[in-house]
Amino acid sequence: MKFGVVQFPGSNCDADAFHAVGAIVRQPVEMIWHQSENLAGCDAVILPGGFAFGDYLRTGAIARFSPVMKAVERFARGGGLVLGICNGFQILLEAGLLPGAMLRNKGLRYLCRHVHIRVEATDTPFTCAATLGQVLKIPIAHNEGNYFCEPAMLAELEHNNQIIFHYVRPDGGDAGADDREANPNGSLHAIAGICNRERNVLGLMPHPERAVELALGSADGMVVFRSLVASLAAAESAVRRAPGVTAAVPA
Amino acid sequence: MIDTEIKVTPQIAAEHGLTPEEYARTQKILGRDPSFTELGIFSVMWSEHCSYKSSRVHLKRLPTRGTHVVQGPGENAGVVDIGDGMVAVFKIESHNHPSFVEPFQGAATGVGGILRDIFTMGARPIAVMDSLRFGPITAGELQGLKPCPDDVGVGAAVTAGLKPRPSTVDQKADRGDAKIQDESRSLSASRARQNAAGQEKARDSVPFAEPAQGRRDDGALARDPRDDSAISAGEAGAGQVTAQEIARNRHILDGVIRGIGFYGNCFGVPTVGGEVAFEPCYSNNPLVNALALGICRREELFFAKARGAGNPVIYVGAKTGRDGIHGASLLASAEFSEESQQKRPNVQMGDPFMEKLLLEACLEAMRTGAVVAIQDMGAAGLTSSSSEMASRGGLGIEIDLARVPQRETGMTPYEIMLSESQERMLLVAERGREREVFDVFHKWGLDAVEIGRVTEDGILRVLNHGEVAAAIPAHAIAEEGPRYERPIAAPGVMAEAGGADGATAFVPLAAVGADLSGNFRRLLGSPTIASKHWITEQYDSMVQTNTTFGPGAGDAAVLRLKESKRALALATDGNGRWGFLAPRLGAMHAVAEAARNVACSGARPIAATNCLNFGNPEKPEVMRQFSEAIDGIAEACRVLETPITGGNVSFYNETLGKAIYPTPVLGVLGLMEDAECALGSKFRNEGDLILLLDGMSDGALKDGGLKAAATKAEFASSEYAKAIHGIVAGLPPAIDLAAEKRLIDCLVALAGERAVVSAHDVSDGGLAVSVAEACFGRDGLSAEISIDAGSAEDFAEAALFGERGARAVLSVAAASLARVNEIAAQYHVGARRIGTVTRGEFRIQYQDAGVIQGSIESFRRSWSDALPRAIESGRDAQ
Repeated sequence: MKFGVVQFPGSNCDADAFHAVGAIVRQPVEMIWHQSENLAGCDAVILPGGFAFGDYLRTGAIARFSPVMKAVERFARGGGLVLGICNGFQILLEAGLLPGAMLRNKGLRYLCRHVHIRVEATDTPFTCAATLGQVLKIPIAHNEGNYFCEPAMLAELEHNNQIIFHYVRPDGGDAGADDREANPNGSLHAIAGICNRERNVLGLMPHPERAVELALGSADGMVVFRSLVASLAAAESAVRRAPGVTAAVPA
Repeated sequence: MIDTEIKVTPQIAAEHGLTPEEYARTQKILGRDPSFTELGIFSVMWSEHCSYKSSRVHLKRLPTRGTHVVQGPGENAGVVDIGDGMVAVFKIESHNHPSFVEPFQGAATGVGGILRDIFTMGARPIAVMDSLRFGPITAGELQGLKPCPDDVGVGAAVTAGLKPRPSTVDQKADRGDAKIQDESRSLSASRARQNAAGQEKARDSVPFAEPAQGRRDDGALARDPRDDSAISAGEAGAGQVTAQEIARNRHILDGVIRGIGFYGNCFGVPTVGGEVAFEPCYSNNPLVNALALGICRREELFFAKARGAGNPVIYVGAKTGRDGIHGASLLASAEFSEESQQKRPNVQMGDPFMEKLLLEACLEAMRTGAVVAIQDMGAAGLTSSSSEMASRGGLGIEIDLARVPQRETGMTPYEIMLSESQERMLLVAERGREREVFDVFHKWGLDAVEIGRVTEDGILRVLNHGEVAAAIPAHAIAEEGPRYERPIAAPGVMAEAGGADGATAFVPLAAVGADLSGNFRRLLGSPTIASKHWITEQYDSMVQTNTTFGPGAGDAAVLRLKESKRALALATDGNGRWGFLAPRLGAMHAVAEAARNVACSGARPIAATNCLNFGNPEKPEVMRQFSEAIDGIAEACRVLETPITGGNVSFYNETLGKAIYPTPVLGVLGLMEDAECALGSKFRNEGDLILLLDGMSDGALKDGGLKAAATKAEFASSEYAKAIHGIVAGLPPAIDLAAEKRLIDCLVALAGERAVVSAHDVSDGGLAVSVAEACFGRDGLSAEISIDAGSAEDFAEAALFGERGARAVLSVAAASLARVNEIAAQYHVGARRIGTVTRGEFRIQYQDAGVIQGSIESFRRSWSDALPRAIESGRDAQ
């Protein structure tokens, strides 16, 4: 089992994701330079937060053209696990690996604070270790995290149960309309994270890698990494049981 | 020499800000007249900002050595040993003037500059803090300020020791020139005039802009009628403030905050706190002081000292443009006019993405072992980086400007040498290993070009297409600048006698037993006291995942070190009002409060950095303030064992001849042996006991209660007196540095034994505010406090809101009380139970009468909503 953290020149949460996986979750992990054309045999890939290419144009707009993104796309299409956090989520949207787009936060200001998100599905490799409806306290830190998509797409996301995290109140209750406390960036339907239809690509604006140690305020983000480890372990043992099967992602 | 260049005359030298003596000195050093490029080089390097010519004789009095100090002042930043083979690199610097002209870019490039100072030393920046001061942003802040009778006014006292000053000075030019020399390094008085005009223009772009003249009355305190340009106590208060001024202050605040966030968030360094204060004197002169902290292994440290004649000099980073050059306008103001050049903004543009690339590339290049020395091109750009690296190494440097990457065409040697384009570095590599350096920079997509070499002759030689544009001994530029012992005014009445008795009349006291809840609520909502949450959540305070206590969570920010068990704590503090009322005492308080804040987090203060914001040093009263402040800092740092490792002096913070409050800002770094011992400032458990720790009492509290609390004179200088009664008078509280030291040692011991749950110092707003703030962490937690002061001359407001130092509010589990008392006794510190952590109603009793009560939630709202309401309501109004 090996994790890869993609490093764009302006990634600034790459080391944090590396630390979370390597030092806290204690799994093998390596950095993948944005000009690399392969993923070095990694079993799961993290696109970390930051400002990939400064993001003066539009978040993720340039990063999607990096050589590494071709490899990420191939990997994802083949069923590989891809986790996009914050800027990583924005890049996945730009690359078309996830549907929708990011607008600027409703208040037009950068926001860094702890928020609460609710796990809406546990049938993904990113949330299989969580319980349905579990509320996670995880920080956000972004200027453009106001998720938007067309009504038809929203209906599709809902129908396919692709909305994995909603921003909620601390007690787990739904964010009200215009509830800036619970849904600080004003995301459509308080969407905090979505996955693709095949459920092997997940993007979320909150930073689970910043919430893996109680000393820093919360360890609730661990559930995402634990889920990934469990999924990969299951896939590995499936491969051992049935040699010849290459992509095995729990549905 | 290039013969097409303008020939230098004494007049041109004067326009560059060189005095006749300084000009003569350049001739003597060179043995001839300087070329135009050389004149530019001398003028920037001998400016106040670069040469510290007015401050250096005083700065020598600061203590700079200590057990932890690896590198004191003189390098790009100070370095201290933090154990396990690691060092911390830190420094604070001002960007006041650019932040007034262009708040967003001014603040952004301020952050960019201080970050480069850290990573040029080989350290990765792990935190930034900002100490910000603005003019009033609410009308309420000023409505309370009332005039006081002349006969008791302190203002007259302040200036009483001064001689009248000739009134012929062109104050506008005086101000502009001075500022530019300081912050953005202007070269000439003519440029200064233009800059002043530029400032007017900047104002025009602000909604409701208006000229600075007549912006308010000088009503609050008496002024010295003899001298308009002397420091006037009128600055202390104000009668009238216009909607325009408030709108402009909000605009500046908003731009500065966005600029800091823009740079730090993208660069990927957490902004972990700082301070924000408001006073009328900062209305046309905001203070933007940015502190950065980095860490590395001791052997990874880099110094800006050239070595090895023949080694290549390599330029890396962004291309050079005409931004930040004031020479163009010099040409424009003489008969060499180039209309189009005049309008270039003189505030540089920051590119945090470029800086992030530069950081990674520099650290990677340093690890190759092929880099010999490196220095960032900050102020005075290529000039300072080349001459200072050469001078420190006792060598020379020869560079060819034709090879410098340029983003504009037709730049003259003068322009290239004086450009202050951001995100550039100059390094010296080992001959033969250039390729390793180039490879790293190219990997990060950055320019890296060999532009010259280290020479043996000690000369900074600047070639342009083979022609010599400048040839000056590097040491002469970097180290042989003028030094001035500026005249210092005799101490005023206030400094000697205190002038305080009369001042006590200013504070109308409430009747005994009166309900002070309303005043308390107003105090909580006054911008200086109110929650800064709305500001700090616009900064990424958590990136790098080291922030144990971020903005507002503790008295100091606490950063754990992934490399060891230890943690660092960081706090900045300053109090301009106290600096104004008594510069020496005010400076001592700034040191003590920052150190106390660090200790409240559980860390031992080990070193300090200072940013000294003052007016025009050519005014004897300003130099008196400066000299006194230095003495105050020196004494406090000595007693508290926090040597000064670096910092910066910002003079000429004046508008229309009026100086800001003398505002020394101290950044103190603390070291914690065990990161798990870090303490927050918030109460955590209902039922915990609330204790007041008092270094000054020496165990006597039991009898005297708060007897030693602020006297009436001291109370007139408090935040309460200003916010509620509009009074700025009296003297700062007396300080007992030994008591501060005892308190600090005691707090460190308590934290080390994990004997207490929280610790929060008593400062702005006094005990009542301190206790309330400790409640504002967890929903619903509140407090019941009882103060039994025994003294007749004491009064409830002083007990509640007095700001005497050496105190901290603790919360302690009942089971730990005995141990806490033991430790306190061991350090000769008073520990007195004053209440309990509760839920619901917040209550304070003074001598058995309820003086403050109300729901904690309503007090919290007054405190937390004040800033966003002030800013957002301003937006609606526009």
